[in-house]
Amino acid sequence: MTALPISPYPALVVGLPILMAILSLFLNARGKALLGLTGSLLTTVLALIAFVEVTRLGTVIHIVGAWKPPLGILLRMDALAAVFIGMTAGVGALISLYAFRYFKAQDTKTDGFPLFWPLWLFLWGGLNGLFLSNDLFNIFVTLEVISIAAVALAVLSGKAGALVAGLRYLLAALTGSLAFLYGIALLYGSTGTLDMSMLGRLLEAGPTSTFALLVMTLGLLIKMAGFPFHFWLPPAHSNALAPVSALLSALVVKGAFYILLRLWMEVFGVSLTYAAGQLIGVAGAIAVLWGSWQAYMQTSLKLIVAHSSVAQLGYLLMIFPLLILPSGAGAASADWLSAAWTAGIYQVLSHAFAKASFFLSAGIIVIAVGHDRIESLRDLVGHMRMTAMAIGLAGVSLIGLPPSGGFVGKWMLLKGIFLSGQWWWAPVVLTGSLLTAGYIFMLLRLAFAPTRKKEPFQLVPKSLEVVALLLAVASYLIVLPADQLIQFLEGSEVFGAGVETLLKGGAYGNY
Amino acid sequence: METTSLLPVLILITSLLPGVVILLLREEQVALRTFLNLFGAVSKVALVAWAFVGYLRGATYDFVFTLAPDLTFALSLDALGLFFAALSSVLWLITTLYAIGYLDKGPHQNRFFAFFSLCVTASTGIALSGNIITFFIFYEFLTLSTYPLVVHKGTDEAVAAGRTYLWYTIGGGTILFLGVAGLYAIAGPIYFGQTEIIEGLIGEFPTQLIILFFLILAGLGVKAALFPLHGWLPTSMVAPAPVSALLHAVAVVKAGAFGIVRLVYDVFGVGLAEEMNYLAVLSVLAAITIVYGSVRALYQDDFKKRLAFSTVSQVSYIALGVAIPGALSSTGAIVHLVHQGIMKITMFFAAGNVAETYGYKKISQLNGMGRRMPLTMGAFTIAVFGMIGLPPVAGFISKWYLGLGAVEAGSYWVVLVLLTSSALNAAYFLPILYRAWFCEPDQEVVERLRSSRLETQALMLIPVVITGLLSLAAGVFAAVNGSPLSIAREIAEKLYLL
Amino acid sequence: METYQIYSLTSAVLFVIGLGGVFVSKHFIKKIIATTIMGGGVFLAFVSFADRDALSFADPVPHALVITGIVVAVASASFALALARRIFQLSGDESFSSDK
Repeated sequence: MTALPISPYPALVVGLPILMAILSLFLNARGKALLGLTGSLLTTVLALIAFVEVTRLGTVIHIVGAWKPPLGILLRMDALAAVFIGMTAGVGALISLYAFRYFKAQDTKTDGFPLFWPLWLFLWGGLNGLFLSNDLFNIFVTLEVISIAAVALAVLSGKAGALVAGLRYLLAALTGSLAFLYGIALLYGSTGTLDMSMLGRLLEAGPTSTFALLVMTLGLLIKMAGFPFHFWLPPAHSNALAPVSALLSALVVKGAFYILLRLWMEVFGVSLTYAAGQLIGVAGAIAVLWGSWQAYMQTSLKLIVAHSSVAQLGYLLMIFPLLILPSGAGAASADWLSAAWTAGIYQVLSHAFAKASFFLSAGIIVIAVGHDRIESLRDLVGHMRMTAMAIGLAGVSLIGLPPSGGFVGKWMLLKGIFLSGQWWWAPVVLTGSLLTAGYIFMLLRLAFAPTRKKEPFQLVPKSLEVVALLLAVASYLIVLPADQLIQFLEGSEVFGAGVETLLKGGAYGNY
Repeated sequence: METTSLLPVLILITSLLPGVVILLLREEQVALRTFLNLFGAVSKVALVAWAFVGYLRGATYDFVFTLAPDLTFALSLDALGLFFAALSSVLWLITTLYAIGYLDKGPHQNRFFAFFSLCVTASTGIALSGNIITFFIFYEFLTLSTYPLVVHKGTDEAVAAGRTYLWYTIGGGTILFLGVAGLYAIAGPIYFGQTEIIEGLIGEFPTQLIILFFLILAGLGVKAALFPLHGWLPTSMVAPAPVSALLHAVAVVKAGAFGIVRLVYDVFGVGLAEEMNYLAVLSVLAAITIVYGSVRALYQDDFKKRLAFSTVSQVSYIALGVAIPGALSSTGAIVHLVHQGIMKITMFFAAGNVAETYGYKKISQLNGMGRRMPLTMGAFTIAVFGMIGLPPVAGFISKWYLGLGAVEAGSYWVVLVLLTSSALNAAYFLPILYRAWFCEPDQEVVERLRSSRLETQALMLIPVVITGLLSLAAGVFAAVNGSPLSIAREIAEKLYLL
Repeated sequence: METYQIYSLTSAVLFVIGLGGVFVSKHFIKKIIATTIMGGGVFLAFVSFADRDALSFADPVPHALVITGIVVAVASASFALALARRIFQLSGDESFSSDK
């Protein structure tokens, strides 16, 4: 592991936002906003440079403070991490621009929420740190940074509804973290190491590792709002300020998914059973159906979008049953594996862009009308074309219609489902799409419908609409480099090794 | 000569680019919008013509773009695709003129023309698709781009019709998606014309492939208005006349029918069809649709609704022709793609003219219309003759070949269906002609809603006359090399040579 | 049974009690206390594993992990308490009214 090329960028993408966050605490409100925006843009640039470096050099590492593992912290940036960091940067940069303008457009009674900036930069540093972590404890620490920053952002508005939702979120996150920590304790106790790749080699099948798997998966599912632990997400995401909702839905929950994927692929190879995978898949399937149905029943735009997040995250959980080979299956027959996790990555990417766009559009509606009840969408097409287009495009991506990124994700998912023979997931995917179409088109119908009011919408700064539209378009643009992206991911050293372990069978075949 | 060519992409861009640009224009920029519309339409026709010339010389134009491992976006210009593309582009040009006149001072024209252009992009894309997945992408794109046109008027009725339209088309799209994904999983990427792939696999996966065939057929059948999936078509008549004319009589419905043609001929292949006899189900469904549509048409008083049910019935001729083996019936099916298109568009133009000039939307109000609008109703009359199957109008040619093909295949019951359908067509169309030409109008002096020295606005009159004459010409000059019939015959015969 | 195994078992029991408490109770303070109990269980697990393998000295790594964990738990708990207090000030609520 330590023979890989060393690069400063992993440390920079974590350190810079945190440094900027700390510095901004000393400034006044305006200074916070300016430094925050600058810090965001700088972090984005760094992240993109780092991404390019990984495409050139392959996996790069950084040993923090030159203290070698297993006691020191090693930051590893492989293709998967690069993709997630790049996604965070892309979405984050646009949300930062939006937030800068959005807070200025709020009424003068509020102070423009200056604390948003240090909190957001802390969150960003934490996310990047999470993606780069190579040992479990670092993951724990970064998960905590993310959770606390996220909850603080969620309660930023100070309203009672947001506070209650935030407390619920905090308690759920804390529970998840403690469960995760317990798993770490068990793993350390049985192997003496916390490094993920070493754990993968040293871990033996048995009650300890199974219990650790159970409790860590539980913790991560809670953080990911996976059914049946999804209850905290709709109130938290819908009560938050629009840019915060976008961050929470698009980025924060993906961190937990990232760790879950890594854990299952790299660490717990020996303990995974076919039944475990199916169980997670069922949780995902229920989330898809339940979340989409709930979204359809709501009358407030932000609640629709929040419930939609629960559903879309369910799709991510449905990849897991496809990643486990049933007993007797040989390596050659496992060509659906790449389809399965490619589906996951594309679902993550397109959902991040589309959901961010959606929440930002909801924020625009709130400025324009004062509330987000869906009746207010009437004649949106006539008055705010860009926002209507953003909602339309993002919605189509969520449904999974071509040529959106969501379509590529669902296509690969269906392919994986069919090739692996687990055809029973297919009706769920399709019903989910239909239900999603139901609530998306309900919104679009209202957008085209006439209104009886003369001036239904207040003026909204154009830049906000542009950002929302850009994010929606981005969820389509990610389709263009799809082939290269998939090859890039497949060439990733660690992930490739993970899949290879699967193919070698490990201790698979436990039913 | 195999070249990776940009020509297919250019053909698509001629309508995609104007569509996107028009979305960004201000409502008052009428001249620019009109220019973009017409420039796009004319260039599309020109490019398709050039491609056609190239095709005749033996050139192939392929454009391939890899989206993901074995998810390739492929455009190619084969005879059938060019045939459909020619229909789309020529009729788009004519309908654009019509729509400019029709919408005149109406609201939201930018939105209309933008999505109109996007629709044509989608249907041309369907024509030019080289494999199923590209077809599927454009097929869903068509659904999305037609929705704003259906709800254009913004009335409660329009919005409700839009909802029905979406339920049907998205539902059909989902089933289609399932079928296509399953097909890819079993057979890998299938390019149109590679029928040997499925032929090779049919031994291993007979049940799965048959199920997938019917799934895809169901998905296509929604747009093709195959019974019982036709419900959206009459309801969507609430859309403006240009929309009903081009889209619901030509583009959307034809896309479904075209898809069925591709499915049977270029994916599963004629040889397999004869062996496995799964087409019997299709022929029965098509026959039911033909008769059902005609019967429902009899009871409609709303002009456009009667035409809608007539479309339901007529498009199934294509499905029926596809379901009967033999080059003759295939010719009839393929040529009817074009013939039905021109005839039906004429009828919808006529209906639109009457509604916009006099406000009459019901058939019972059409008394004496022949005297008031001779050119419009004259074109309509030609189209009616074609629908019934009277020579020398184009419709006769299609029915003739379908009938011959049925006889050749020994499916005499199909001939019966064709004759019944002609009779029913006569039953619901001739009364309109009678009212128009032989009855006195109810009110003598009537205020015209649109003033013009001619019977109606020039931009609405010229298109209907053109398409009426085209319907006539396609029939009269059918024997000439280069007519729709000759091309269709060539395509059909090639299918059976292998 | 070795010492550390007794501690591990206790830690599991505490963890489960805390977990149950979080899900079952609706009162803010009760839930926070439940998370603290959960935390206690987890930390005990770490400490107990420091004594495994019959080493002559305790393994310092789990101790370091526990300290970090305690810091995080304290910070989160105080945040939660601050939120609970503010909610009470604003609306007089002491527990979650709807389900879970």
